[in-house]
Amino acid sequence: MSGPSDYQPSNPALQWIERRLPIFGLIHSSFVAYPTPRNLNYWWTFGAILSFMLGMQILTGVILAMHYTPNADLAFKSVELIVRDVNYGWLLRNMHAVGASMFFVAVYVHMFRGLYYGSYKEPREVLWILGVIIYLLMMATGFMGYVLPWGQMSFWGATVITNLFSAIPYIGESIVTLLWGGYAVGNPTLNRFFSLHYLLPFVIAGVVVLHVWALHVAGQNNPDGVEPKTEKDTVPFTPHATIKDMFGVACFMLLYAWFIFYMPNYLGDADNYIPANPGVTPPHIVPEWYYLPFYAILRSIPNKLAGVIAMFGAIIILAFLPWLDSARTRSSKYRPLAKQFFWIFVVVCILLGYLGAQPPEGIYVVAGRVLTVCYFAYFLIVLPLLARIEKPRPVPNSISDAVLAKTGSRSTPMVSTAIALALAGSLFAGSIDSAKASEGSDTPPANKWSFSGPFGKFDRGALQRGLKVYKEVCASCHGLSYVAFRNLAEPGGPGYSVAQAAAFASDYKVKDGPNDAGDMFERPGRPADYFPSPFPNEQAARAANGGAAPPDLSLITKARSYKRGFPWFIFDFFTQYQEQGPDYVAAVLQGFEDKAPEGVTIPAGSYYNKYFPGHAIKMPKPLSDGQVTYDDGSPTTVAQYSKDVTTFLMWTAEPHMEARKRLGFQVFVFLIIFAGLMYFTKKKVWAASH
Amino acid sequence: MNPDASTIAAGAPIEVDLSPIAEGQDVKVFWRGKPIYISHRTKKQIDEARAVNVASLPDPQSDEARVKSGHEQWLVVIGICTHLGCIPIAHEGSYDGFFCPCHGSQYDSSGRIRQGPAPANLPVPPYQFVSDTKIQIG
Repeated sequence: MSGPSDYQPSNPALQWIERRLPIFGLIHSSFVAYPTPRNLNYWWTFGAILSFMLGMQILTGVILAMHYTPNADLAFKSVELIVRDVNYGWLLRNMHAVGASMFFVAVYVHMFRGLYYGSYKEPREVLWILGVIIYLLMMATGFMGYVLPWGQMSFWGATVITNLFSAIPYIGESIVTLLWGGYAVGNPTLNRFFSLHYLLPFVIAGVVVLHVWALHVAGQNNPDGVEPKTEKDTVPFTPHATIKDMFGVACFMLLYAWFIFYMPNYLGDADNYIPANPGVTPPHIVPEWYYLPFYAILRSIPNKLAGVIAMFGAIIILAFLPWLDSARTRSSKYRPLAKQFFWIFVVVCILLGYLGAQPPEGIYVVAGRVLTVCYFAYFLIVLPLLARIEKPRPVPNSISDAVLAKTGSRSTPMVSTAIALALAGSLFAGSIDSAKASEGSDTPPANKWSFSGPFGKFDRGALQRGLKVYKEVCASCHGLSYVAFRNLAEPGGPGYSVAQAAAFASDYKVKDGPNDAGDMFERPGRPADYFPSPFPNEQAARAANGGAAPPDLSLITKARSYKRGFPWFIFDFFTQYQEQGPDYVAAVLQGFEDKAPEGVTIPAGSYYNKYFPGHAIKMPKPLSDGQVTYDDGSPTTVAQYSKDVTTFLMWTAEPHMEARKRLGFQVFVFLIIFAGLMYFTKKKVWAASH
Repeated sequence: MNPDASTIAAGAPIEVDLSPIAEGQDVKVFWRGKPIYISHRTKKQIDEARAVNVASLPDPQSDEARVKSGHEQWLVVIGICTHLGCIPIAHEGSYDGFFCPCHGSQYDSSGRIRQGPAPANLPVPPYQFVSDTKIQIG
């Protein structure tokens, strides 16, 4: 992409094409001979990682769209059917959902790298602005993609975000109606979001081409921020950058695979496993993590219009960065003050992200306002001021000088970073205390589950006993509508044979029809049938249970959670702790107490439960000792029943969990070997250049 | 991309029978996909709503202007928070009215914003009394 190439293919067929369309020359000059600065560090591999992620999202997305149904009544179910029934559907869905998060992880690293090394400065302004446009498009795409599963968070996230436009004076309301295609978020909204979610990635791909084009015209920036002058300063893109990028991508894939195979729901919200309900707002509406800093800015401003302007301004201001920071030295490596403020800014962004996930009350509001001011001050005060007062250290004459000098000096420890991190830590500590004080219910005790950890498997005995408990106790009020009888005989499940599953199914009466006379009739269940629900519809369930409809249990262990809080959610990433849902379900089943403690009033028709949020639950104590007989000699206690039925419900929520963890192990073995090979190849290729 | 004909047709006016709603209770009906709260207010709630100094409110509007005269006990409002569109919970908050769980806006027993980030009162949908115990919304 950098001017005409003198490349000539040797193969006559390729020569024939090249004379008519010089595409091989283009590829050769852009990705083979292209001179790349020899001092690039690993932060520069994120461009390749982002291209890889974009390709991954488009590939998995196109296949998912073949199975997805964009209809408000069917969308939630179709996503569940993808996960349960489509071949490797669970893998596709995890790759796509986690992929969105990984895409944003990579883009944030890429942006901070540009910020630190001054990659937006002359002559790369257009390159930077194209990047900001890609980022905006990514945010729109990510938001609309999150709406498609049509869970509670999808629906209410869509409501909150589309309502942002109603803050615009005069025309706001009509813009919102235009976005909705109706009078509220509904089926037309879902349809147009699906269409746009399919379109925008290709628009992103188009802008990425422009971004790469602009990059290849201006040339890459580098850690020292001096332009390459002689041939000694650069190395050819292939094999040097290619192999280094391959190693970077392989390492990034390790992180990606960690989420896909071991903690696919870590970055999501439990509420999104509850189907969308326009009549009930979830208590905390939280956007996906990658929007949290901007959400915090929005909420920290008490005026609606001003909040919306500040939120969009926080993104748009990035486009003006090349003119806000007029310092001549590019790289913060040679700017002692800019370097410190950069790290403070990183901490401010992370803290804003943390605040975005907290309820808007007390200390969080104050902290949010302070940090919002810090965020804007960095761009509007600190950077313009530093450009005038800071005395940068001398930059090296050329890249090769910098590379040669590098062997001697090591970067000094950053005192300001330590101070900023300590500040952040104390703020976290303070916020946990206040969060603990406001928490209404007890934290469920952690159990030891057979299915936890990277090699976890379901305990077959517990699954079979749990099915018995469900059938004899829970099934009188709770449905299990996403589970079919055939699933009972599938690998990774309770381990019944096909004949046993068929016999189990035939005990049930299933409504079918209409027959030739036009009447509905009942017949014995078949393996392909789903567990029949105890009530014909939600209203009937509500009426029969004192106003509270018993929820369907298929997904309950994924749809319920409790707040882990800081710092537990960081440890959870390493320990792969994923069992908040099962811990909560088991705790609620055992948390009934006959008498509410002093000071807690329970309304008539409700029961006291220690672990239920608000403590007043409409479900009476469901289990008592000896209620269900076990054939295998397991203790017939409430504790054992709870554990068994929770294990069973974990399986109903995620029937392919064993396959997921097994494949995960294989993928990890492969990726580690692959990354090792790439690393040593890279060392060999670069041996002469260092 | 504006609403299509079937969506508009489905948004036609609806009639609601008020007789089963006891004093102090409220119902939520859906019209045009939006929840409409119909509250049968108690004497205390009406008095509270009328005792306020209207000029001191963030979005000044008298209670008289928000209900139909002769039917002061009935408050009909669109139950969508004017901040970012969540559904407030009835009978919660410190003003005997509505409380929005999303960002903490509080509305009084006339559906007027009293505290929190919402800029405006809960809107009153177009409605009229067909008879003493029946209203038509839309």
